[in-house]
Amino acid sequence: MEYLIMTIKAVVVFAVVAGSMPFIVWAERKVMADAQARIGPNRVGPYGILQSFADALKLMFKEDVTPRQVDKPIYFLAPVLAMIPALTAFAVVPYGSPEVTVYGVPIFYVTDPKQVGVLWVFAVTTLSVYGVVLAGWASNNKWSLLGALRSAAQMISYEVALGLAILGVVLGSGSLSLIDIVEKQAVPRAFGIPGIWLFAQPVAFLLFFTASLAETNRTPFDLPEAESELVAGFHTEYSSFKFAMFFMAEYINVLTVSAVVATLFLGGWLGPGVGQFPLLGVVYFALKTAALIYLIMWLRATLPRFRYDQLMRFAWKVLLPLGLANVFITALWVGLRGGT
Amino acid sequence: MLKDYFPILVMLVMAVGFGVTMIFLSSIAGRKRPTATKESPYECGSIPVGTARIRFDVKFYLVAILFILFDLEVVFLWPWAVLFIERLGLFGLVEVAIFVGILLVGFVYAWRKGALEWQ
Amino acid sequence: MTEWILFIVLTAVAVGSALMMVLNRNPVHAALWLVLTFLAVAVFFLVLGAQFLFAAQIIIYTGAIMVLFLFVVMLLNLEREREPIVTGGQRAAAVALAFALLAVLVIAIAARTSFPTMAMVPGGITLTDLGVALFDEWLLPFELASILLLVAMIGAIALARRRT
Repeated sequence: MEYLIMTIKAVVVFAVVAGSMPFIVWAERKVMADAQARIGPNRVGPYGILQSFADALKLMFKEDVTPRQVDKPIYFLAPVLAMIPALTAFAVVPYGSPEVTVYGVPIFYVTDPKQVGVLWVFAVTTLSVYGVVLAGWASNNKWSLLGALRSAAQMISYEVALGLAILGVVLGSGSLSLIDIVEKQAVPRAFGIPGIWLFAQPVAFLLFFTASLAETNRTPFDLPEAESELVAGFHTEYSSFKFAMFFMAEYINVLTVSAVVATLFLGGWLGPGVGQFPLLGVVYFALKTAALIYLIMWLRATLPRFRYDQLMRFAWKVLLPLGLANVFITALWVGLRGGT
Repeated sequence: MLKDYFPILVMLVMAVGFGVTMIFLSSIAGRKRPTATKESPYECGSIPVGTARIRFDVKFYLVAILFILFDLEVVFLWPWAVLFIERLGLFGLVEVAIFVGILLVGFVYAWRKGALEWQ
Repeated sequence: MTEWILFIVLTAVAVGSALMMVLNRNPVHAALWLVLTFLAVAVFFLVLGAQFLFAAQIIIYTGAIMVLFLFVVMLLNLEREREPIVTGGQRAAAVALAFALLAVLVIAIAARTSFPTMAMVPGGITLTDLGVALFDEWLLPFELASILLLVAMIGAIALARRRT
């Protein structure tokens, strides 16, 4: 029975995450259109909401061009590898109050390995580099390979900052479990300031958010697809649904990043009235995640792209020292006060 | 304990299954009319020059090594961060300050040698 | 029972992919088989209850070290034509020497090591156990590890900078 409920939870979460992807794509196109005073997709379905499904179908029936001299096994493997990290990271993210149970099993998180927790998100993020590097290498195209190596160097550079940002939160929470981290944020601080880590760890929040954008190759860190210099970067030679997989991976990543930021820094499912009505937690979590997704789209509409040397210098010379300083100041603060 | 990781396995299997199924479906759904030009590597419309497997700058290699070292450092800090409030306290801070301090020497060296610059 | 099945499956994956790594002629493919070996080892740690090591193994070995390996094989771009010419005699000698080395290692380890069996900690090894061991009992090796990392960092920079 327990395994059955666990499997159902995993399947449902997988379906919701994968299923919300077309709507995020549509939302981004609408937000971008709005920012550029255009209308955006409005033909397929009400407000064009079914546009993504039409696009997916089209891509499905497109000719699948496999260029000569590609490394076939890796060429096919890479798009699958690109999707896996974003989809599996969600396993440890609580999306509602753990107090809600069915047959005594909490249903609002898939799993909570206390000794690993947020490390799973981090581990899976480190693996996302493979999809990019292998796609670029297998394609047998100069632009692909250069784009892939640039993206890979970018992703690993920002990963250090990502780890240091999480350390700040873990120091204050004393646990790796995302449920514990959320529950730690329930206690308000002095002057009635909410206990969410956004206020207590603003530097960690900025670091994490910035590094996540770089990890997922979103603007202003979308160098891999700098069309003006690298054609389409690592997925230049991909067509049909294999191209769609990279596209989907990017948008599932947007969702995952937003959900993780909402959990680590905005208190996850917490909100007024959750104590009386635990079911409200899901709504709060969804709203916070949606707000962050909107923020990411807004940034894309606003910011220009970094130059590559600026981007690398920013990771190593600004974010890394800032992350280390944040860890030490937090530790000093926590240590001197004997708690948060 | 292993029970906690069972759902992760389920999601992993689904992710792989989803990816493989979609690629397989599209490979039978789309028609295929390969021509020599269509299958050549894309190089902005010109005829491709030389091989794509060219050598690259040693910079990439250097960044990867620096990344391994700092990643290791962060991994060492994880158990420390978890235990800090409950058990380690300020003495734990001194322990880690020495550890990170030694690594910072290397960081300063890298900075001074221009290893963090990208030209 | 479950543990036995897990053990057999994991061993098959780990050893099988390690063999594929050795036998593969394409360096990038070989590196990917090694990634699979490392992932199998990570799951081994998990089954043994070392959950933090499971995550650390993925983060360090598959996420960092293998990325460096991939970079190196891609950057060096070992092409098939550049493969060294190996005669049959050399190959036979290499195989014989490899087995001799294996025999020496096995005998040495089997003769000098006792293999204590330990009961599994119920619920696995926690971060508290690990942290206490690392920051209390083995504090000096922990601090010395940073010097090792420092040497690696300076060495890499010195080597990479020499020619530019």
